[in-house]
Amino acid sequence: MSLATETIVSLRKRLLSKEITSADIVRDLAQAIEKKNPTIGAYLSVDTEAALKEAACADVSQPLGGIPIAIKDNINVLGQPCTCGSKMLAENYTSPYNAGSINRLREGGAIPMGRANMDEFAMGSSTENSALGVTRNPWDHERIPGGSSGGSAAAVGGDLAIAALGSDTGGSIRQPAAYCGCVGLKPTYGSVSRYGLVAFASSLDQIGPITKTVEDAALVLNHLCGKDQRDSTSLDISVPDFTASIGQEIKGLRIGLPKEYFIAGIHAGISAAVHQAVKQLESLGAIIEEISLPHTDVGIATYYILAPAEASANLSRFDGVRYGHRAENPVDVLDLYMKSRAEGFGPEVKRRILLGTYVLSSGYYDAYYIKAQRARTLIRQDFTEAFKKVDIILSPTSPVPPFKLGEHQDDPLAHYLADTFTIPPNLAGLPALSVPCGFVNEGGKDLPVGLQFVGKALDEATLLRVGHAYEQSTEWHLRKP
Amino acid sequence: MPKYITTIGLEVHAQLNTRSKMFCPCPVGYGADPNTQTCPTCLGLPGALPVLNLEAIEKTVLAGMMLGCSTPPISKWDRKNYFYPDMPKNYQTTQFDLPLCLDGGVPLYDLAYPKDAQKSIKNPGKVVKLTRIHLEEDVGKSTHSGIGTQLDFNRAGTPLMEIVSEPDIESAEEAFAYLISLRQILIYGGVSDADMEKGQLRCDVNISVRPEGQKELGAKIELKNLNSIAAVRRAIHHEVERQTEAVMRGEKLLQSTRRWDDDRGETQLMRSKEDAHDYRYFPCPDLLPIRTASIIERVHPRVPESPHAKRARFEQDYSVSAYDAGVLTSDKALAAWFEEAVAADAKVPAKKIANWVINELLGRLNEASSALENSLVKPTALNELVACVESGKISNTQAKEVFDEMFSSGETAVAIIKKKGFEQVSDTGALEAFCDQVISANPEKVAEFKAGNDKVLNWMTGQVMKASGGKANPKVLSELLRAKLA
Repeated sequence: MSLATETIVSLRKRLLSKEITSADIVRDLAQAIEKKNPTIGAYLSVDTEAALKEAACADVSQPLGGIPIAIKDNINVLGQPCTCGSKMLAENYTSPYNAGSINRLREGGAIPMGRANMDEFAMGSSTENSALGVTRNPWDHERIPGGSSGGSAAAVGGDLAIAALGSDTGGSIRQPAAYCGCVGLKPTYGSVSRYGLVAFASSLDQIGPITKTVEDAALVLNHLCGKDQRDSTSLDISVPDFTASIGQEIKGLRIGLPKEYFIAGIHAGISAAVHQAVKQLESLGAIIEEISLPHTDVGIATYYILAPAEASANLSRFDGVRYGHRAENPVDVLDLYMKSRAEGFGPEVKRRILLGTYVLSSGYYDAYYIKAQRARTLIRQDFTEAFKKVDIILSPTSPVPPFKLGEHQDDPLAHYLADTFTIPPNLAGLPALSVPCGFVNEGGKDLPVGLQFVGKALDEATLLRVGHAYEQSTEWHLRKP
Repeated sequence: MPKYITTIGLEVHAQLNTRSKMFCPCPVGYGADPNTQTCPTCLGLPGALPVLNLEAIEKTVLAGMMLGCSTPPISKWDRKNYFYPDMPKNYQTTQFDLPLCLDGGVPLYDLAYPKDAQKSIKNPGKVVKLTRIHLEEDVGKSTHSGIGTQLDFNRAGTPLMEIVSEPDIESAEEAFAYLISLRQILIYGGVSDADMEKGQLRCDVNISVRPEGQKELGAKIELKNLNSIAAVRRAIHHEVERQTEAVMRGEKLLQSTRRWDDDRGETQLMRSKEDAHDYRYFPCPDLLPIRTASIIERVHPRVPESPHAKRARFEQDYSVSAYDAGVLTSDKALAAWFEEAVAADAKVPAKKIANWVINELLGRLNEASSALENSLVKPTALNELVACVESGKISNTQAKEVFDEMFSSGETAVAIIKKKGFEQVSDTGALEAFCDQVISANPEKVAEFKAGNDKVLNWMTGQVMKASGGKANPKVLSELLRAKLA
């Protein structure tokens, strides 16, 4: 059996017993990638040589010693490409520095290996917005893997990676993890350094792990969190050992079901899977309560004002002057800007830059941006109120299963609405975890369903505890495509 | 002919002399090879983030305190969006609605006005009101040449204070005095080197004219490319004239931005209101707002005496004229030098020392194109010299000769006086002997004096002076002689 199919926990045991070496893992991964990536398209590039070099001097006594981790292609690793799934950075950009999260992972002994495909600049939820290639769902090659961290999730779900880093602005870790049958964790805003993550919406972006099990997610999180002096929004708090909560029971844990989330429009199979999961959690001793998040209905509108507003400024730097795609033969500097950006950005990125520029414009700022900030406060308050009653909030990760490639190409709103459950935690800065909770059958294929747990700020420990307890009481995570 | 009122407001950008840039650890400097003082953050590379420079915040708050500004309890950071090749992120991180400093003012003083205008100051003692001071990042530098435009990002990210005045300035001369006074305060505070030639101080002018009696201001016209304080004065003169003539012709002026061409002595239209940028300010999500209370507390004890407070104190404590106080405080080091000289011996009148500093020391330094810090004359030594003159030990003329030597050799006054044999004989015992000698040798002259010819006294004084070898104290001598002849 290829080592590519294993978890961090199982590989750690074999590394420590010297049964295998880090290089064995890298080689098995390289083989799996060679075999499957032409179909799955999870990776945009893999530098096996560089990974083998790091593997050769891996210190397996470290908690992640010798474990290769796939990196979403918007997180800077010195000397590697960082395309962000865009033509803008595909041609000639090599990263001259390491992201804070990469430094942290390396401190734990991990080896960054491979650049995972993504929706261009993390804008999208199907990875179809990548300008650089198609990524397919490992469970059904006709379907999308979700997004924007679709490459990361497809790599882990398809056993082309042991674990991966993704980034999550409105669900970009959790939704593809759900679609590909993986565990995906978006940490509390500020707990993982954003330094070196190419910004989409700075007040929402957060890096997190996509793994095969909850325990693996806890292990990686141990080596992602922590204050980074170079990110002013990173929190100065001590990092607990998240694996300590793994294996603890959940008797008496109060789990809230937001009544606003269980409405018409949820796919029947998903609804059934989630209700089955609720029963399972009850049987483990959890207390289920109905709660209300009254401003759920404005979440998407709020998000699609604030995120594009920030993105419109964040993406201004891509102008063809210093790096990235530069148009040929411009007549003047304005022409250089316009042509480089017109050629370098894809349609969804352009759509969001336009939207963001519009909502920040003089005369519209108060009506859109300021109003959306107020709505964001209301959404945050909803969660504060809810968490007075419950410890964890539960919902489907996505209301619908992964759709077919190209199915919604001309309907961006259909994509946007699929983010209903994942967006609010980003707006509130809260941690959220997606765990496999069953399958729906579509066109003869079993497609994974994800269960989302939302926790209190900085309470990843409880999230991981309940996630692990649920996961271990089921066998969903053991199924392979 | 109706009279026209000119209204001027200035926007001054001053680079802070911090060790590192506003948002990254790159050094702040001038003259390094292009693009050698850069990092992912100040180059605006994808994924790089800003971190606030506390030193820059403290220096801005300190400048604000010196200018009498208040600091709001919370200050925040915003993005100002516009595309320009020397701006790496195509947005500038700045402060929009919660700047570090509000209100305050810049006091104008006579010496700050242009030399030729100091006699005709319209509003003596005027304080130009400030709107605000905020902190932002500087951009890089574009150099246009035959091979294209070259970009140097060494300057990008240098902390920059923007000091915005109220439309409170009435003339080119007041604008000139405002800049001189402001620059002096910034240098006093040690917050900026404020050298306009190095671009450390830059100034945009907003100017409008309106007929007397009209309440609302005329169209605001912004002037750019003003590279010296003298150019600011020239540009305002030109623009006031141009706008006044236009209004007189019945032309309607429109809000616009114009570029000053110092060689041609005129302004040219850069862009009109329709082309004005929509900067789309919004709060910078990468930087948290700051609470200023602890910063204010920390900075407060470090605020130095401002030039205007020092001027007032000098007038009061040292009985010097307003003009002299202005000269002595024009430079912080000079003021300190003067005070050290005064303190060396409090019996020596400060006013006299001031005269020596202003007339002799500064004159010599100026002739020698030398700076105060290189002066061989030390404050204590000047005090000693002035003490010698005051006690009558040497004459004023001799003292100037002694000073010359002190200036070139650094020797003490006492040593030079001794070497030159300048010591005046004031000892009446020694002088009496000379007097007696001259009186007994010239009985006929004594008779003439007694007959009422007063002029004879001068002749006899000369004789005694000659006999003393020129060292007799003339005042003591003439009194002594008169007493002996009586």
